[in-house]
Amino acid sequence: MKTVFTRTPTLKDCPTHYCPGCGHGIAHRLIAETIDELGIRGRTIGIAPVGCAVLAYNYLDVDMVEVAHGRPPAVATGMKRTNPDKIIFSYQGDGDLAAIGTAEIIHAAHRGEQITVIFINNAVFGMTGGQMAPTTVLGQVTATTPQGRQTTSEGYPLQVSELLALLPGAIYVERCSVYNPAQIRKTKKAIKHAFELQVSGAQGLSLVEVLSPCPVYWRMTPVKAMEWIENEMTKVFPLGRLKG
Amino acid sequence: MAGKIVIDTERCKGCGLCVVVCPKNCIVISRHSNKNGYFPAQVTNADCTGCAMCAIICPDVVIEVYRDENIVPIEGSSKKTELTKERA
Repeated sequence: MKTVFTRTPTLKDCPTHYCPGCGHGIAHRLIAETIDELGIRGRTIGIAPVGCAVLAYNYLDVDMVEVAHGRPPAVATGMKRTNPDKIIFSYQGDGDLAAIGTAEIIHAAHRGEQITVIFINNAVFGMTGGQMAPTTVLGQVTATTPQGRQTTSEGYPLQVSELLALLPGAIYVERCSVYNPAQIRKTKKAIKHAFELQVSGAQGLSLVEVLSPCPVYWRMTPVKAMEWIENEMTKVFPLGRLKG
Repeated sequence: MAGKIVIDTERCKGCGLCVVVCPKNCIVISRHSNKNGYFPAQVTNADCTGCAMCAIICPDVVIEVYRDENIVPIEGSSKKTELTKERA
């Protein structure tokens, strides 16, 4: 029988620490497959975030750097400018990119750095215990918004991709999701396109936002969490190519 | 049997996403836990077409998919297996 699907070599053969049904595992696999398909494993450097994916360097078999919270775009800037032939990507969650690291990502895009950013948006601070994130949708119950997020006290969800799409330095911005196999295929295409742009030497930042489930802190089963992305989260964060 | 999947049940965390996406209802959650205490997915390969939907959505990449290129699956042959009856 022909093998249709198996683990890609760049994804290390070890179990992950993620909760059952977490979207990080899918995103890791898509990045690993992209790296293998493009044949850039030997010259790729990844940057792991602070957050649930802090141990991403244990799972991706490429050179990885762990940096301070929210600072991957700043470190990636230095790495890309000193090693222009290397492929630099950062993997960041919404706590890392949309909260503490907002200044870094906006200015990296504003300067038009030639890096690829994979932004995992799960609308909650997963690692620290499910507190409200800037991307938490209105009415969503979290540890710090037990009555649901209210505009009067907590403001509105932050749509980072729309912000970045306005900047001329960002050449490619797309929002995808992983709620079903068809969307996962689209996400794979988007991630691959973002890497291809960098490989081809395109002048600017490429970012792929991935709407990802956090079943534990959304207080749902993994299947319900996927449905919640499809039915609720995509209303606030519409899928599609925003730029490029 | 046009396809076959192999699940690494010791690494499976039993999230159940593969159970929902399988178009042939070949996958069920086991009644017996693995060493980590999760109830893993288990498969009855009778109707498997090797479409790889389960492997694409699996967050832990524990599913391997094989397909026999010579056999064309008969449409509509989604007879329920003993395990899916058990789940219902």
